[in-house]
This record gives sequence, C-alpha cells and structure tokens, in this order.
Amino acid sequence: MRRWFTELSLGVRLSVAGGRSSVARLAMISVGVGLGVAMLLFAATVPAVVSARDARIGARAVDRSLDLPRGEDTVLLMDVKSEFRGRQIDGYLVQAEGARSPLPPGVTRRLAPGEMVASPAMKRLLDSEEGALLRGRWGERVVGTIGAAGLGGPGELYFYQGSDRLTEESGYRVRAFGDAEVAQGVPPVLLLLGVVGLVVLLLPVLIFVTTAVRFGSESRDRQLAALRLVGSDAVMTRRIAAGETLVGAVLGLLTGGLFFLGLGALAGRAVPERFSFYPADFRPVPLLALLVIVLVPVSAVLVTQSALRRVVVEPLGVVRRSGDRRRRLWWRLILPVAGLALLYPLHEGLDQRAEGFEYQVMAGVALLLVGVALLLPWLVEATVHRLGGGGVAWELAVRRLQLDSGTAVRAVSGIAVSVAGVIALQGLLVAVQAQYTRETGHVTDRYQAVAALRLADLDPAGPAMARLKSTPGVEAVGTAAWLRAVDPQGGSMTLRVGECGVLRQFGKVAECADGDVFVVTGQYAPAVAAGTTFGLAESFYEEPTQEWTLPGGVRPVPPVDDMLQAGGIILATPGAVRGVSTPLPADVFVALDPGDTDAMERLRNVVAAVDPSAYVRPVELRTVEAVLVTMRQGLLVGATALLLLIGASMLVNVVEQLRERRRLLAVLVAFGTRRGTLTGSVLYQVAIPVLLGLVLAVATGTGLGAVLQSAANAPVRFDWSGIGATSGAAALVVLLTTVATMPLLWRLTKPGGLRSE
Amino acid sequence: MSVGYAILGLLENGPRHGYDLKRSYDERFGHGRALHYGQVYSTLARLLKNGLVEVESEPGEGPDRKRYAITTAGVTDMEGWLGTPEKPEPYLQSTLYTKVVLALLTGRDAADVLDGQRTEHLRLMRELTRRKTDGDLADQLICDHALFHLEADLRWLELTAARLDQLAARVR
Amino acid sequence: MQPLLTAEDVTYSFGPTHALDSASLRVYAGEVLALMGPSGSGKSTLLHCLAGILTPDSGQVTFDGRDITAMSDTARSALRRTDFGFVFQFGQLVPELSCLENVALPLRLAGVGRREAQRRSAEWLERLEVADVAGKRPGQASGGQGQRVAVARALVTRPRVIFADEPTGALDSLNGERVMQLFIAAARDTGAAVVLVTHEARVAAYSDREAVVRDGRVREQEYAR
Repeated sequence: MRRWFTELSLGVRLSVAGGRSSVARLAMISVGVGLGVAMLLFAATVPAVVSARDARIGARAVDRSLDLPRGEDTVLLMDVKSEFRGRQIDGYLVQAEGARSPLPPGVTRRLAPGEMVASPAMKRLLDSEEGALLRGRWGERVVGTIGAAGLGGPGELYFYQGSDRLTEESGYRVRAFGDAEVAQGVPPVLLLLGVVGLVVLLLPVLIFVTTAVRFGSESRDRQLAALRLVGSDAVMTRRIAAGETLVGAVLGLLTGGLFFLGLGALAGRAVPERFSFYPADFRPVPLLALLVIVLVPVSAVLVTQSALRRVVVEPLGVVRRSGDRRRRLWWRLILPVAGLALLYPLHEGLDQRAEGFEYQVMAGVALLLVGVALLLPWLVEATVHRLGGGGVAWELAVRRLQLDSGTAVRAVSGIAVSVAGVIALQGLLVAVQAQYTRETGHVTDRYQAVAALRLADLDPAGPAMARLKSTPGVEAVGTAAWLRAVDPQGGSMTLRVGECGVLRQFGKVAECADGDVFVVTGQYAPAVAAGTTFGLAESFYEEPTQEWTLPGGVRPVPPVDDMLQAGGIILATPGAVRGVSTPLPADVFVALDPGDTDAMERLRNVVAAVDPSAYVRPVELRTVEAVLVTMRQGLLVGATALLLLIGASMLVNVVEQLRERRRLLAVLVAFGTRRGTLTGSVLYQVAIPVLLGLVLAVATGTGLGAVLQSAANAPVRFDWSGIGATSGAAALVVLLTTVATMPLLWRLTKPGGLRSE
Repeated sequence: MSVGYAILGLLENGPRHGYDLKRSYDERFGHGRALHYGQVYSTLARLLKNGLVEVESEPGEGPDRKRYAITTAGVTDMEGWLGTPEKPEPYLQSTLYTKVVLALLTGRDAADVLDGQRTEHLRLMRELTRRKTDGDLADQLICDHALFHLEADLRWLELTAARLDQLAARVR
Repeated sequence: MQPLLTAEDVTYSFGPTHALDSASLRVYAGEVLALMGPSGSGKSTLLHCLAGILTPDSGQVTFDGRDITAMSDTARSALRRTDFGFVFQFGQLVPELSCLENVALPLRLAGVGRREAQRRSAEWLERLEVADVAGKRPGQASGGQGQRVAVARALVTRPRVIFADEPTGALDSLNGERVMQLFIAAARDTGAAVVLVTHEARVAAYSDREAVVRDGRVREQEYAR
C-alpha cells in the first residue's frame, strides 16, 4: 500500500515537474477535462433548476375546481393573461373576502383595489420608457414587488392586483395557494425529447473527456520509458501513469468548476425569460455532482490504463502493439443490438408505456450511441483496408490509416455519436413540431387580432364597443355571435352570425354579401338542406327559444382550420337571420392599422379595461409550440458547443501527430514533395474517418429518429435538411480543424526541420 | 631522419647552442626518452655537412661555445619536408606529431600539414577500397585490415586538427 | 571541365551561429565527392544549401548553370523531385508505406503512374538486393535493408546528383560497407554525381575526392591534373 502511494505520488511529481512540455500537456488535459466537467455539471444542474421552478410554481397554483362557500378565509381570484410586445404577462386579480384570506407566496401585504405587486422584471418594465404603453393597462398602482418565493424565475412578468369587482361568476374562490397536483405533468413526448436530448448531449462529452485525458500521451510514454530504464517495472509504470493522469483529472475538475460558475453567470442571461432561474437554484443536484467528481478521475485513470494496454513501455522506448491484429465485429454489435432491443417496444407508441419507460429509453439510446462509437473503429478499419489507388496524398493518408486508425477514430467517434444523436433528436423534434404546428388557414387581410370577451357588454351601440372602435390604430371591429342550432333530428350545430369578413375567419368564404349563408364542410359535418328548420338556443345548456329556417342558396365552404373539420358550422350574415334575436356577441375581431406597431398594445389596454380576463391574441397564420422552438434552439446551441469541443480535440490530435512526424515531413519536403500533397494527405486522413463516421451517424441517427418518431405517434419522416445541416456542420468542423493545423504543417515543413540532431 | 628536421625546426626561431637544442628537443619531442648528446652532435654534424646549418663561434673554449643557425637551404629543406605528406603506413604518429609541432613552432599552417596528410591517406584508402571491391575474400580481409589502421590514423589526424589551437598554445 | 553544381561564397546562420562562412565548392558531373569534417562543422548545412533545401543568407548556388538560390520554392521543389536524390541517416522512410511504395514515392510525386512507378521501383530493389522486403513496411525490415531501400528511392528517378547525409551512420561496418558498395556502384552506373557527407574515412574512401568543412569554410581537394 505504501509503495502504491509512493508510485502514484511519483507520477504526480512527474506531471508537474517535467518542464514546459509537461506543463503544456497538463494544461491541455485540465482544460479539456474541465470543459467536459463543466458540461456534465451543467447537466446535473438542470434538474435542480427545473424542480426549484416547479416547486415555486406549484406553490402559487390554485385548484379552480373547488366549489367553496364564501368565508373569512377565502379569496376570489381571476386569471389575467396578456402579452406586451411578444412577452408573456400573467397575473391574478385578487379580492380578499375576509380577515384570514390567504396571501399568495411572495406577497407580504393585502392589496386594496387597484394596488398591484409586480415581479421585479414586471416592475422594471412598467418603470421603463419601453413600458410606457403598458402602464395603466389594469389601472394599477404598483405598491411593491413579489418575492422570489412567488416566482418561477427572476425574468418572469407576473403580478397580483387587488380588486373589488370580482364575483363568484367572474372569478373563482379558493382557500389557499399551492397545489401539488399542478406540479407540471410533462407531456410524454416532451419527456422523451428531454431524455434523448440529455443522452445525446452528454455521451459525446464523456467521449471528449476520455480523449482529453490522452492528450500528449506520446511524450508521457517517452517519460515512462525513461523510468523503465532506471528500473521501474511494468506494473509500477502503470501506477505512475495513473498518478499522472489523476493530476490532470483533478485539475480538470477544478477548471471545470470554474467554467461551470462562469457558465452559470452566462446562462442566467442567455435563457429566455420564461425559463429564467435564480442564481441560487443554479446548483448541481448533489448526488449527480458527486457522481461527476468521482467518475471523472476514475474514468480518466481507466482510460489511461486501457491506453497503456496497447502500448508496451520498454526501457529503450515505446513499442506500439502493431495494428495487424484485426478488429473483431461481433462484440461491437452487442451494445447497439441491446440498445435496439430496449427501444423496440417504443414503436407501438408511448401510450402503452410502462412505469419507468424513460430509463429504458435513456439506456436504449445510450447503448445505441455507444454502439456507434464502438462500431466506428471496426468500420474505418474494414473500409480503409479495402481502399487503394489514387494520388500520392490519398495513398499516404490511406496507408497511414491502415497502419493506425485508432488515433483518428478516437477523435471522430465523438462527432459520430453526437451527429447520430442530434439527427435522431432533430428528426423527432421536426416530427413532433409538425404535429403541433398547424397551418391555421386563418386569413389576416381583414382582421389581425381577436379577443374573447366574457364579461363585457358588447352591445354594438354600447360604450364598450365605442371605446374599442375609437382606439387609435384600430380601423374596424367585427363581432361574431354564437347560437346553438338544433336540427329536427336533435343534432346540434353551431350558428355563427357576423359580417362577411368575420365569417371568413371560420370558413373559406369567397363571394359574400349580406344575406348569404354558408355551411362549413367537414368529415363529420352533418348534411343540411335548405329549408330545414332549426331551433336556436343561446348556450349549450339552454333549450331552443326561437326557430330559424335555413334559406335557399346555402353554399358549402371548406373550413379554414383543420381543427374545425369536425364541422357542423353554419355561417350566416346578419341579413340571413333577420328576425332572429341574436345574443350579444363575445368574439371580437379587430382590424389594425398595419403601419401602427403599437396598435395591438393599445387594443390590449382598452380590452383589459373592458374585461380584465380577456386575452387578446393576433390572428395566427400558424401555431407553433413554443417549447419545441426553444428545444430546437437549445439543441442547436448544444450541438454547436459539442462540435466545437470535438473540433478542439481533433486539432490537438492532429497537431500532436504532426509534431511526432516532424523529421519525416522534412525528409518528404527535401525530396521535393509539394506542400499541397502533404496538406491533402492530412485532410484525407481526417476526412476519411469523419466521412465514415458521418455515414454511420446518419444511418444510426435516422434509424433512431424513426423509432422515436413512431414512439411519438408521429408519421415517420426524415428531416433531410436537418441531416444535411448537421453533417455539414460536422464536416465544416473537420475542415476548419485541418485548416487550423496548416500553419503548423507549414512551419514543420520549413527546411530547418532536417536538423534534428 | 625526423630528429634532423626537429633540430632544423628548432633553429628556425633563432640560433642556439647544442645543449639548448637538446633541452628543447627533449621538452617537445622526447616524451620521456631524452636525446643523447652524441646523437645531437652527430645530427648537427650531418646537417653541417649538407649545408643546412652553419656554426657561429663565440669566444671561449669547449663545445658549448658553438652556436648553430639554420641556413636558407635548411629552411627550404624544412619546408619541403613539411609539405610532403608521409607515405601512409602504420605507426606514423610520432613523425606526424613532430611535423605538426614544428609547423606550429615555425609559424607555418599546421592544418595544411594535416590536410595534406589526409589527402594522402585517403588516396591510399581509395585504392584499397577499389582493390577490396574487385578482389576476393582474402583481398577484402587484408585490405580491410589496412583500411582500419589508416582510418585510425585519420581519426587521430582529425582529433589533432580539432586541437591545433590548444597545441599551439602549449608549443609556443 | 564545367562543374555541375557549385556553391560560391555561401553564408548561412542559425540565429547567431554561423554554420557556413563563405563556403565554396564545386561538384562535377558523375563524381563522388566526400564532404568531411568534424560534427558541427557545417557539412550538413552545406549539403542542404547545395540541394536547395536551405536558401543561403548570401552567396550563390548554381546547378547546371542555373542559380537555384534565386528560384522560387516551387521551382526548387520540382528540381529536387527530378534532378536530385536523397539518402539520410535515419527516419526517412514513410512508416506506413511498404518498401516498394516508399521507393515509388518520388516517381509518383513526379507524376509517373502507379503501375509504372512500382515496376521501376521493383527493379531498383532487386538491384540493391532487397527485393524480398518489397511488400513489407520499413518497420519490418532491418536497418541495412532500410538504408538500401532509401538508396533505391534516391536512385529511382535517375537523378543527376544524389545527396547522401551519413548514409551508413546508423549501420554496423559490414552492413555499411555493403550499402556503400551497392550505392556507389549504382550511382556510377547511372552517371549520377554523389555528394556524400560523412565523418568516417572508410566511407569517404568510396569517393573520388574529398572536401573538408571546418568552421564553416571548405577546403577542397582538387584532382591531380
């Protein structure tokens, strides 16, 4: 045991006392490992950040389904949902009903009518010049800010405002804040995305860390050979090497910790405000952090030992076990096949998923991707041995790879794994996004905004409509009334009454004049014939109170929105329902001055004054799930970071290899080899394994993507542009890496290189 | 033979007594084996007879009153000897050494002496190499033996050439 | 007789050290010239200047009447490919290529097709008595075999000058002798001049004449006329 310690510490001493080159090596390893550690710690932090957010959001959520009597301890609430220039604002109107009414978390005082406590971000916005247009939307007086305990994150725009106008009808009554049930039931598809994303981003990091540990191992091996000469045996040598690696790994951990802190400061700013988090939350989950701290040095030592297995350190130098022993395929297939087996049940969709399916997916994806890393060396070797012909540069590269493809492949496997993962993930994202994104078919030529007002009196001649119409930037206001139409058989349909422009929001109405009637066609739409008499009711619950006969000349029109395909909608202009008393309309369509960018915000101000619970939204040409967009962006950022990381390690590898061959390069130049030939051979040497890696990655990635897509019940489709972009980016990284080595190559091929003695 | 040239060389820096000559010779070339007086005087007598040195007598009695000086013929002869490489043969060092020291002593270019000698050695070595290449195994072995000896001489020459400055400092 | 290759007052420094100081030398077509001198005397530097690998700080190197110091790097590389051959002491064979491919390399660089290049290379390997290592990699051949492969590679383009820098420096006497015999015989057959840097007299004995480099200057032995 004592001897072990002595040898380990000898390794430690060697690593720090070996002069400039070993300091450089140590620096490379610690930065490399540090980058990896920082990413791992970051990943270990995400669950903590998310759960802290979820906990606080859960603490302010309320259960709306309770039917409580008024009491000393109750409070009436009304949701307010708004937007300001694309930024989401949420809040509650609060009306305390007794002395013991609960306070929302983060709020320390009772709010008199009109008094508002805002999140710090909201307060900043209201106080800012930019927020001038927002000020007074709810007639608020800001009297304080919401504490951190009541907010998801510091960037959130959130508020509570006191009110005295809420009723049981307009609001809902609760006795307490906090609803554990709300705790974010993540949709399974998103969970699948998250799980796969985690594996895809972390695996290459691990591969990178194992590559980083081997930075500069050539010179380390020579050092060990010198130790063998003075009498250390092979086993001692290994322990010394282990000691040396430990120094790098531990320094890497420290560096990684620093990087992580820096990353935290950056991430806090880079994240969109909906996902903002408090610095205090940015702490890795202790267990995961411990895992990183333990696993990184351990795996570093294991990697060193396995690298030494292929190298015989003799007293007079280092002998590499020759590559004549062919790589075998069969055991490399075990992991990917096992991975596929784990993923197989997924093709039936997530609906039948068992408990803990996310672990199964995680394991399956991880095994499959690790399988890529294992298969790649075999694939490269098998392919390279069949290559031949070509020019001198090609021949040099191919022969080099035939002799030793391990070094090149090690650098490339990181790329292969991440590209495979990213392609799979992107395929899944695109498929899921296609599910969530609909071309709404809405038309925006007439109306650009829509609001559903529940609580306002929308009498066309009333003051509310007058206010809406007189809002600067508002050019026209259209309304749609709603009635339930019951046919003689008792079937229910919807009757929408509005002017032509309004009706176009529901059906693809072309020619239209007052007095026209249209029926929206659809898969499930019942057939209606002119002359049918409908009973008309004002809500789902009420019985028909009047009758209306469908006039002749009713024209079928397709729906504007797939969602409306369920059909059963009759669209009528006011002239067609003359004599019918239509209820007051609830849906307001607003035409905005396209040149007035603030018109929408002014409209929101007016609507908030008329009905604080109304949500004004633009008429959307398409809907995209915002989470998916964010995820795609995240994936892009992650993939870029990964590729850069891998590019860095490839650069180190190539540079090291060139240094090792400086004399040979000089000799080649001496007998007239063009530099272009040498450059070409470096490029081929990097590009051949990368190309093979990409082929394998694209194959695995699309396959995995297909499995995941069928799991998500999305039609299997291949995102060729994504595949192209990802592999293109990877290829670009390779090219840049090669270009970055050019200055060194040129320097090494300067004539002075022959003077080695 | 070389004792005569050594004495000529020593005289080139100025006339000397016989006793003086013996001492200088012993110092530089004796290597632990002193020259007999008899040998000194017989050599001087030979040089006198050949007209390479002349005698300046000083007032007084005895052989020590005679001072010897080099003649022009002596200088020419000396130059000729130094300029002619020795025929390469084994155990040449003492002659070569004498030549180098004398060249240094008399302010001539000792490197020239060495270079000339190298050329001579190489000439012979080339011949031996040629013979070896064309000959049978016996020829090869015999030639190789000679070649290795000549090579040893040449190595000594190189070493000496590299140390000429050192040697010059000691000799002067 | 006009010299084929000359150096005229060539000066070259590595930083503050003068490796060559006004060195001049003539190399005649077809001769074997030994460049001798102690280590660090500048003989390898002179060889590199003569071969157009290094460009002298001052002075002129001409080959066949052309001033190669004034040539572009590309032109000099082309010259090295076609008119010069090289043999070094060690580390000159590309480890991942087979011996045959190593020999064929200069031909391929000069644009000869693979098949033809390998045919000619095989002849040279035969000539240097190392046909048996043709398919092996240099690492699998012995040191002597490796040097012969290197010699074959230097000769395969039928250059007009072969520069050999301590070609037997890493070999024992017997192997060294054999390499030199085969090398010089082959060079004489092809009519190539050889500039042979060596500090070994027995190797220099294969030359026609020698030049000695000392302290960056050349003392050149002329042919007896």
